[in-house]
Amino acid sequence: MANNTSHTTEYRVLGRVLVLLMTMTFLTITVTSFNLGVFSVTVALLIAGFKGFMVLSYFMHLKYENLLLRILVGMIFVLFALIVLITFIDYAYR
Amino acid sequence: MIMSEKHHVEEHRDDDAKKLGMWLFIFTELLLFGGLFLVYSIYRAKFPADFHAGSLELSVTIGAINTIVLLFSSMTVAMALTAIQKGNKKLSLIMISITLLMAFVFLVNKYFEWGHKFEMGLYPGSALIQHLDRGFLLYFSLYFFMTGLHALHIIVGMVLLFICLFKVKSGNVHTENYTFLENGALYWHLVDLIWIFLFPLMYLIS
Amino acid sequence: MSKGTEKTEYVSYLDHQGKYKGIFAWIFATDHKRIALLYMYSIAAFFFIGAFLGLAMRIELFAPGETIMKPQTYNGIFTVHGIIMIFMVVIPGLSAVFGNFFLPILIGAKDVAFPKLNRFSWWIFIAGSIMAVASQFLKHGPPDTGWTFYAPYSTTTGTNVIMATTAAFVLGFSSILTGLNFIVTIHQMRAPGMKFFNMPLFPWAIYATAWIQLLATPIIGITLVMLIAERLFGIGFFDPNLGGDPLLYQHLFWIYSHPAVYVMILPAMGVITEIIPTFCQRKIYGYKAIALSSLAIAGVGFLVWGHHMYTSGMSEQARWFFSLLTFIVAVPSAIKVFNWLMTMYKGSIDVKPPFLFALAFIFLFIIGGTTGLLLGSVATNVQVHDTSFVVAHFHYIIFGGMGFAFFAAIHYWFPKMYGKMYDFKRANIAWGILFVGFNLLYFPQFIIGIQGMPRRYFDYLPQFQPAQIVSTIGGFILVAGLILMVYNLIQGARKGEAAPANPWHGTTLEWQIPSPPSLENFDEEPVFNANPYDYE
Repeated sequence: MANNTSHTTEYRVLGRVLVLLMTMTFLTITVTSFNLGVFSVTVALLIAGFKGFMVLSYFMHLKYENLLLRILVGMIFVLFALIVLITFIDYAYR
Repeated sequence: MIMSEKHHVEEHRDDDAKKLGMWLFIFTELLLFGGLFLVYSIYRAKFPADFHAGSLELSVTIGAINTIVLLFSSMTVAMALTAIQKGNKKLSLIMISITLLMAFVFLVNKYFEWGHKFEMGLYPGSALIQHLDRGFLLYFSLYFFMTGLHALHIIVGMVLLFICLFKVKSGNVHTENYTFLENGALYWHLVDLIWIFLFPLMYLIS
Repeated sequence: MSKGTEKTEYVSYLDHQGKYKGIFAWIFATDHKRIALLYMYSIAAFFFIGAFLGLAMRIELFAPGETIMKPQTYNGIFTVHGIIMIFMVVIPGLSAVFGNFFLPILIGAKDVAFPKLNRFSWWIFIAGSIMAVASQFLKHGPPDTGWTFYAPYSTTTGTNVIMATTAAFVLGFSSILTGLNFIVTIHQMRAPGMKFFNMPLFPWAIYATAWIQLLATPIIGITLVMLIAERLFGIGFFDPNLGGDPLLYQHLFWIYSHPAVYVMILPAMGVITEIIPTFCQRKIYGYKAIALSSLAIAGVGFLVWGHHMYTSGMSEQARWFFSLLTFIVAVPSAIKVFNWLMTMYKGSIDVKPPFLFALAFIFLFIIGGTTGLLLGSVATNVQVHDTSFVVAHFHYIIFGGMGFAFFAAIHYWFPKMYGKMYDFKRANIAWGILFVGFNLLYFPQFIIGIQGMPRRYFDYLPQFQPAQIVSTIGGFILVAGLILMVYNLIQGARKGEAAPANPWHGTTLEWQIPSPPSLENFDEEPVFNANPYDYE
């Protein structure tokens, strides 16, 4: 039974991640102001996905957690993606 | 082959178990919102023009401010945890307080955003909303539903953070026993994570 | 700070005196074994209510036309029968009762990871159940939508849909928390040295089940909230009159409710996998295959939900996809059946009541499972969708499968739980009556289903009556068997002979501790074999 042996993330690392996240936010706003048609969703989601990945990895410590937990988190997103994709098999072809 | 270990049966706490438990709970929250994101994606694919028009009614500025506010608060609560791990109780308390302040700012912004909509007659069940075109109606219903559910989670997160504040202050949470704060912070990051996706999908539909 | 391994005087968990007295010692209990019994008694009570509702339906269906009730009443009855049986009996069922009681013991732990959360799970189970019962009696009348709450009827009917769906939401939360508790328990609380592949197979089954409970239930949670929002605010998510898509409701509903059936059957299969080696005194055939097939069923089970919707208007590509995945998910189940049979082959078989129930399970599950293939194939599904063929199929799987597994489990673990033994002869007779009654009740429904008898209909064409009569008689026989079985068990608990620690000569950890167990299960760190089924 392990007791509180979590990795300590340095303040400056957290600060840099925040700067990165804010930059990505402004990027999203800029990019979506252009009319990219169907790609605007994709780009917005990709950037959001990257931001999410940063929050998960650094703020939520996943980068420093054991492999099992990282695999589980990945599987959740895969499961959700599959559910959306499969539902669209219905809607796309009706 | 027989395995055995003579072992004292003693009281022990299991921080890993508590953290795993929190992550599992986070999974359920992700799937809860996931259901709404699924409905959103179906209807946005069906009514792209209406969803775009609907998003024009929202203030990108306030949405962006709220995004920054939440990202910043995520950093401060993570710093609060770092502080407690380093034994810096005072800094930890400051960081948690800033996080709570940011959360409050978010809710105030939300209050004004929603208030403005209500004044326009745009709220769930209103006469105006009932008479909107289908896609428009669905957009606003999803807007209220998803941001509302998210705001509810902000409130829950704030309660958790307040409890963290008291526990740090009383010394209950300290450099050798900080799982409660760690888990509270994880929950807060989840709230941020959801908003990271909610913001572009609601406000930035081009 | 640490005590030595002093030999404390043995006190059974049933007699243990804690902080609370009397009834409070039970409803405030955090001991997983007491919580298991609380679940068992509440679930048994709900099961009998559901069973009598079923019997009422059978009486109504004895003859065409109105027999004992009006059509609206019938609609309300099949709805509440479904709600009670699904949300209050079979979904919590084996996990909450035998998972709670035996998971910690089988992995050498003294309780689950979060005992207070466990108690909270039971409290909200009761709260949700009370709300479900309340929905029957409040002002606007019992819900008449079927337990599936399909839109747009569910969004427009005047009955107490909101109360019933809120009840389901609360019950779902109980399920989620139980799943969470069990996952952490298995990851963190196995005895020192016990790796995942040293665990017996019932914990494996509970593990796979817990993941489904955790991940699938939130989806129905949010769906029901959307349903309630639609009723209150006229949004139009699902109502076609408001521009919504009723199929979207069905997708969301079944994205949970299909995995939910694996929540029902996986622990059942786990129980059978414990019983067969014991009564054949043989190592289970294909341990790894069974363990991994549980995970495979859980995983693939998330991707097949559309097979409930073939006739709803889904695209052809979707129907094709779901049919393919449905056939794939049947494979791991078939693997388990094969392995059970191979375990029995040349085993030293002892035909005691648990084994009889396990055999009945295999027989009934095979019928239920193969008729599922008929339903899984799109072409044949069109003929039998929404007929009593479907009703027969799922009762064979859920009642014949999970139900009989529950009976098997209680007969298997009874001596451990109560320290007493029941009468074998009465148990066997009850088994025989149950088996005959069950098949008489449900098999005819396959036949008239193919011939066109619709489900959820309170009236029918006269040509279906002979089969309906046989079915109703079967229902009464079944209930007689249930009563005898329960009577036998109660008599056993009250006046039965004292049971030894290991009456069936099993090798798993629960048989190494006294019957009944002490509060913390193990006085010293448990000694176990790397191979949990070490019979030679």
